[in-house]
Amino acid sequence: MSRIFVAGMGAVSPAGWDVGAMRDALDRGVPLPVQSLARPGWDRTLCVRLVPTPIPRPEFLAHPRLRRSSPITHYAAAAALEATAGLRGQAEDEDLRLGIVVCLQTGCVQYTSRFYEETLKNPATASPLFFPETVYAAPTSHVAALLENVVVAHTLVGDSSAYIQGVALASEWLADWRVDACLIIGAEETNWIIPDALRHLDRKAVVAAGAGALCLCRDEMLSSGVELAAITDAHSFASGRSRSLAAKTMREQLGKCAPGEFLADGLGNNPRTDGAEQLAWSDWTGARISPKRVLGEGMMAAAAWQFISACDAVARGQFTAANVSLVGANQQALGARVIAG
Amino acid sequence: MLFPPSHLPSKPLRVVITGAGVITALGRGWRPNAEGFRAGRRAFRPVSLFDVSHQRVKVAAEVDLPELGSEAFPAGRLGRRQLDRLDRAGKMLLLAAQEAWKQSGWQTSEPDADQLPLVLGTTAGGMLLGEAYYRQAVQHPTRQRQQATRAVQYQPQSQGRMVLEALGCSGPVTVISNACASGANAIGHAWDLVRAGRTERVIAGGYDALGQLVFCGFDSLQALSTTVCRPFDAQRDGLALGEGAGIVNMETLDSARRRGAEILGELIGYSTAIDLHHLTQPQPQGKTTVAVMQRACAEAGVTPEGIDYINAHGTGTVLNDNSEATAISEWAGRRAATLPVSSTKAGIGHLLGGAGAVEAVVCLMALREQWMPPQTHFETPDPACKFPVVTRPQDAPLNTVLSNSFGFGGVNAALILRRWA
Repeated sequence: MSRIFVAGMGAVSPAGWDVGAMRDALDRGVPLPVQSLARPGWDRTLCVRLVPTPIPRPEFLAHPRLRRSSPITHYAAAAALEATAGLRGQAEDEDLRLGIVVCLQTGCVQYTSRFYEETLKNPATASPLFFPETVYAAPTSHVAALLENVVVAHTLVGDSSAYIQGVALASEWLADWRVDACLIIGAEETNWIIPDALRHLDRKAVVAAGAGALCLCRDEMLSSGVELAAITDAHSFASGRSRSLAAKTMREQLGKCAPGEFLADGLGNNPRTDGAEQLAWSDWTGARISPKRVLGEGMMAAAAWQFISACDAVARGQFTAANVSLVGANQQALGARVIAG
Repeated sequence: MLFPPSHLPSKPLRVVITGAGVITALGRGWRPNAEGFRAGRRAFRPVSLFDVSHQRVKVAAEVDLPELGSEAFPAGRLGRRQLDRLDRAGKMLLLAAQEAWKQSGWQTSEPDADQLPLVLGTTAGGMLLGEAYYRQAVQHPTRQRQQATRAVQYQPQSQGRMVLEALGCSGPVTVISNACASGANAIGHAWDLVRAGRTERVIAGGYDALGQLVFCGFDSLQALSTTVCRPFDAQRDGLALGEGAGIVNMETLDSARRRGAEILGELIGYSTAIDLHHLTQPQPQGKTTVAVMQRACAEAGVTPEGIDYINAHGTGTVLNDNSEATAISEWAGRRAATLPVSSTKAGIGHLLGGAGAVEAVVCLMALREQWMPPQTHFETPDPACKFPVVTRPQDAPLNTVLSNSFGFGGVNAALILRRWA
C-alpha cells in the first residue's frame, strides 16, 4: 500500500483568496462580518458571508474557459492553483498525471437560478450561455482545462461528509497508479436561495461561499510535511441509524487519539444540528478548531476548510497529528487523521 | 477503514452482475424493455409533464409511473409519507433498485447489509423538487409549506438514502455527477470497489427525470432534434430527451457462486478520462474516446476484434456523433468494417445521468438473449462511420460488448461486459 502525502493546500473563503487569509481569520477566532442579500418578495434580507472581490483581479480569470464561468468555478480554480503551486515547479511537471475530484453540495446555484428564472418568464428566450454552467460537472471541467495535465476527473455530490469520500477516492486513484497527484476540491457559491433553504433546517447558520483544495501525492519528496494516516468508513444515516450513532461509530473507528493531537470539527452554532458531533467528541480534551464558527456554513467548502485547517496545523509543526470530523447533514459521517510526514 | 484499506487481494477479483433493474419510456422492468429494445421500438410522445408550448421541440420519452400505493409500485420498507417525498426521479430510482434487488436474491439478513455501498450517477437528482422550491419561493414568497422537505429531498444523497431504507439495508452512498457519463462512471466506480476487494457487493446505477429546466436548457442550446432523433445518420439534427433509471447489483464471482446465484453477465473492463477540449463539445477526433476504449479493452484483456457489438453514446447531435464515429473507426481499425454499432437513445431518448446505466442493462439483455438493438429510423450513414449501424432487429451471437458514455464537461467512460454462459 502506497503512503500518501499532502503536497499542497489552497483556500478561498470569506476571509480572502488564500490559505494564509483563512488561517489568520481562524487564529483570531472572531466570526467574520456578515453581508445582506435581498430575497425576492421580502422586505427583510438574508445574512451570508461572501468571498471578497479580489484586488487585483487574478490573472487566471482571463483564461478562455473562465471568462463566462460562475463564481464557484473561480473559487475552485483559485484554490486548485494554490494547492498545486508546489507541483508546478517540479522538473517532471509536464509528465505528472493529475486527477481531480470536485465535491459539491449545492453546486452552481447562481446560473441555475438565473436560467430557471428566464425559463419561467419565457423559455423561448432563455440564454444558452447559462445552461451549461448549471451542470454540477462544469467547475470540474473548467479547472481541469485550466490545469491542463488532468487525466481523470469526477464530481461528487453529497452532504459535507462527501469531501472525505473524495479524499478516499483520490487515495484509491493514487494507490492504483492511475494518477501521480490528485486534487480534492470542495466548493460552493451562494445566492438568496441557499440561505432561504437553509433557514428551514438551521435558522442560526450563516451561509458562506468559497472553496478549499487539497493536493495529495505518492512522492514523499513533494510532501508539505503531512501524511494521510486514516480515513474511516462512511457511516450512513440510513435504515434507522441515527446521526448520533453514525457520528459515534466514526469517532470510535478513528480510535484513541494521543495527547497533543488536534481536532478540526464541523460545529456551527446550533445545539440541535451540532448535537450528534458534540456527543461523539465529548471526551475530547485537546486543541480543536471549528472553522464554520468563524467563516460560516460553507457546506462542502467548509468541509474542505476543516481538512485544510487540520493539515495546516500539522504542516506548521503545531501538532504531530490532527483529526477531521465530518458529520453530514443528511447522508453520513466520516472522519480522517493526518500526521506529520 | 477506507484508508489504509485492509485485506486487499493480490490480484483483481472477477465481478459479476446478479441483479438488474430498469425503467424507461419502453416500460418498467426487464421484459418490456428487452422486447422494446430488441424490436427497435421508439417511445416518444408529446411532453405532458410541463408546458412546452414555447419550446422549439415538444416531444420526449416520458415514463409511465405507477400510482403510489398500487401493486405496481412496491414500497419496500418505506412508509407512505416517505414515498410522498420522492419526486419522479426518486420513484424511478426506487423501482429500478427494487427490481435489481429482487432479481439478485440479496437478503437484508446478510452480514454486510449494514455496510452495503450504493453508487449512483445523476445529473439532476431531485431537481424537480428544486424547481418546485424556486417557483413557490418566487411566486408565493410567504408560503413555507413543503419547502423544508424540498430543501432536503432535492439532494441526490437523500434519494440514495431512501433506496437503502426501502431495501432495508444501510451503507455508504456515493453520488457521481459527471453529467451524461454519470451512470457509466457509477457502475465503473462500483466495479473498481469490488474488483479491488474493498467490498464484496455493491448496488450501482444511474437515474434522471425529465424536468422543465433541463428540457429548456437543451432546447436553448438547439441541441434537441426538431425531426426524428437519428444517431449517426448524415441527416441527424439533434438529440431527444428521455427519463429513466438503471440499476445493477454487482458482486464478486466467489460471492455469486457461494450463493448459487443466477449470473446475468460479467463486467470485465472499465476506463474513464477527461477531454479538456470544451465544456459542451467533444474533441473532434475523439482522442479521449479512443484512449478510454483502448484502456477499457486492456483492462478486459480484449482487442477490438474481440468486441461483438458497441452500444454507442450516440446522442444524435452533429458534433457528438462525428467525434464518436471517428473515434470508434480509429480505435477499431480494420475491425470497424464489420463491427455492429447502435445507439439506443434513438428509442428512449437521452437519459442523461441514467443513460450509461440503462445502456449497461441493455447490453446485459443483448448478451443474455443474443440480439442487437436496432435503430429503426436510420437512412444515410454519416461518412465518419466506418462501421455498420444496426438498423433491423436481428439475433446475434454476442460474447463481449462495449458501451460508451460521454458527458458535458468532457468525462468519457467505457464499460465492457461479457456474456455469462
